[in-house]
Amino acid sequence: MKRKSLLLESRNITKSFGSFVANDDINFSIFKGEIHGLLGENGAGKSTFVKMVYGLLQPSMGDFYWNGKKITIQGPQEARDIGIGMVFQHFTLFPTLTVIENIQLALNENFNLQELRETIIKKSAEFGITVDPDIYIRDLSVGEQQRVEILRCLLQNPKLLIMDEPTSVLTPQESEQLFRVLKKLSKAGCSILFISHKLKEVKELTQRSTIIRRGRVIDTVASSSVSTEQLAKMMVGSEPHNVKSKIVVNSDDCLVRISGLNRSVDNPFATPLEDISLDVKAGQIVGVAGIAGNGQSELMEVLTGEWRSTETIDAFEVFGTDIRNYSPHKRRQLGIGFLPEERHGHSAVTDMKLTENTLLTHHNNPAIQKNSIVQNETLEKLTDEIVHKYDVRTPFHNPLASALSGGNLQKFVIGREIIKKPRVFFVAQPTWGVDIGATKFIRNALIELANDGCGIIVISQDLEELFELADNICVLFRGKLTESKPLEELNAEKIGMMMGGEDLLSRSQGE
Amino acid sequence: MFYLTPRKEIPFSFRIAIPAISIVLTIVFGFLIFSILGYDPGKALYHFFLSPLSRVDKIADLFVKACPLMIIGTGLVLCFRANIWNIGAEGQLIMGAVFAGGLALSFPNNQSILLLPFMAILGFLGGALWALIPAILKIKLRTNEILVTLMLTYVASLFIDWLVRGPWRSPTSFGFPLTEYYPEAGLISKIYFPGIGNISQLHWGVAVAIFVCIFCWFTMEKTIFGFQFKLIGDSPNALKFSGFNESNTTLVLFVISGGLAGLAGMIEVSANIGQLQPNISFGYGFTAIIVAFLARLNPVAVIISGLLIALIEVGGDSAQIALAIPKVVTGVFKGILLFLLLAGETLTKYEINLSHNQKSDLND
Repeated sequence: MKRKSLLLESRNITKSFGSFVANDDINFSIFKGEIHGLLGENGAGKSTFVKMVYGLLQPSMGDFYWNGKKITIQGPQEARDIGIGMVFQHFTLFPTLTVIENIQLALNENFNLQELRETIIKKSAEFGITVDPDIYIRDLSVGEQQRVEILRCLLQNPKLLIMDEPTSVLTPQESEQLFRVLKKLSKAGCSILFISHKLKEVKELTQRSTIIRRGRVIDTVASSSVSTEQLAKMMVGSEPHNVKSKIVVNSDDCLVRISGLNRSVDNPFATPLEDISLDVKAGQIVGVAGIAGNGQSELMEVLTGEWRSTETIDAFEVFGTDIRNYSPHKRRQLGIGFLPEERHGHSAVTDMKLTENTLLTHHNNPAIQKNSIVQNETLEKLTDEIVHKYDVRTPFHNPLASALSGGNLQKFVIGREIIKKPRVFFVAQPTWGVDIGATKFIRNALIELANDGCGIIVISQDLEELFELADNICVLFRGKLTESKPLEELNAEKIGMMMGGEDLLSRSQGE
Repeated sequence: MFYLTPRKEIPFSFRIAIPAISIVLTIVFGFLIFSILGYDPGKALYHFFLSPLSRVDKIADLFVKACPLMIIGTGLVLCFRANIWNIGAEGQLIMGAVFAGGLALSFPNNQSILLLPFMAILGFLGGALWALIPAILKIKLRTNEILVTLMLTYVASLFIDWLVRGPWRSPTSFGFPLTEYYPEAGLISKIYFPGIGNISQLHWGVAVAIFVCIFCWFTMEKTIFGFQFKLIGDSPNALKFSGFNESNTTLVLFVISGGLAGLAGMIEVSANIGQLQPNISFGYGFTAIIVAFLARLNPVAVIISGLLIALIEVGGDSAQIALAIPKVVTGVFKGILLFLLLAGETLTKYEINLSHNQKSDLND
């Protein structure tokens, strides 16, 4: 057997922020051409570690070795120069530039545009990533943006590619495609550091995995030699608790009634919505499946009231009230809660403290705001209550939202909405980019809410999630919504086909 | 190459040492400049920094000078926090003065104590209306407020020029471009301290200015409107999600900052000049931009930064008069002072990282 040589090695890497030790004595190594999984719970220190590899943070102690030589990586530019590429969980593309312009910006050499376009098309064909180089980033779905990120890294011919939760936005088929790309890359000699909370994937894709818990390496194992259960146990330190069971509802109390919902778009890359109808009963969770970019964000804007129309929507009633013209503010007053997909800058403001983020959706509460003066004490109490009740782990009391890890911030914003006990709740991608512990927690919270009689719409690309949560599932494809069907009548394969438009096609052929 | 990266935590000693270093460097540079140009550096620096602080009445004059800067600056802080770049406060100041002046001149014999409050209201309205033009253009047509507010400043200054040379010129001004004097009831009186009397020019407008700064701070930090202002600046999408109306918030901010500039104009004329003339402001509207940033966009800190800028202005004048230093030289010195202050401020918040390029020994 050919002896493998080490590409990157970390020895005794420690990183502390004040008194908090985020990484404690991390010893880690990756071989040339290896796909290596990095597993860990929410806030375990995975992001801190890869940020040091990518030069975004400097270790407090310990050293990195690249090809056996000791190095210090001062910044991302230097990391890229030596051949480290990274695809972030939250993307770093400029929305107002096109795909090709974004890629051009990241390259060190001066490419002429025509040449670059050809290279992009060649690379994307080679690795099976289809992207139109001249589309503006703002017009791409999250899934498509990720492909651009990956492509951008590949053009720099990295020796080590770091992928932070890459599959959380992809359909099963898309994930398969990604894995093929990654395997091809690894064959070509590129090492891949794959961060994911989906244990099955890690087991399937990687050769070895390193498990981190509370800033320490628990173990590095050959991925094929352990079961997913064993991996999960190492991650959380105990048997992971399962999702609670959903009480099946037999209520006829229809809380949400949408029919004939149409939305045209002013921008050629957004998805128009066509004749959408959807009912939600009390205690029911309706799942909207579908691949990113099929109208999810457009639909969510209609649900939250950030986009409104009385002309193109035939009916949108909640509790029998016509809310077509209600602002988000008025909808909240009616007892509707909602949570859009994007945490950073939409459902939460990262540069503001948690108390201010609470104020974001609690400002019409008379205990919080008296005669437009904010009652800071009550606000702080409420924020603390959310933090405790929903197990939000903060580095210190009332930090900026940016100080929380993705999963903790998501627990916070979900908790912020649920604590109001909404009777109707609309939520998009509730566990996107969130680790396993927080995911279970959030799903349990949603199920509890439904068991108390709340009607919930969950828009999600994660089929596993919808199977755990939903009573009924429908599929959004090219702005059209299939009829919602009870879970018993469906399986993953059927839904997967509907996500690719099979159902709608066969239906229209039948007509 | 070097990079600025934000400091994770700012040691307390930095907060003391860096401003101290800025001040020492300013004095060093002052010594150099003044001695190279043949002026006595000791005397020049004395007139710049110590003379304006040497007597109570001179300190009072600093407050008078800072008064419009504080009022305008605190309004601009609110705007800038929301990423709205109203740089036309100068024009809004002029329009405020024109509106208030129009009222005062229409009632030349009025003795009512209500005249002044109404002038203040009209002053606010004048500035607010002038700021509404860029606000509406921004909201409806997405024009850039920086350009529109700036251009409207020129319109306003030509407008007052036309008024005082044309329709509003006093018949008794011997052909000078001046209006009639305001009636007594339209003037802001000086503060009378029992047992002491007046202290130089210190007038009630200064008290208003300090009140306005505190009020703006309260609005910013304690009210739901302040929260909206900050939200627009940080994240317009979150503002929408939160259910606030972005256009309304923008409009309110233009009205407040324009209105306060107008109020400053009204106070400046009623307290110090007593009639309208072509130049009623010495660039207060522009200087207030520096004041706002020097205060790190904190509405109360504007009181301090306003006084500081006033000190530099008054000190510059004093040095010009006492030592016959040309205006350009004091201008250069003021520039150095501001540069060092802001550089110190930046270095307190950020640290300099030199990049070590180790590329060559890594590619094997």
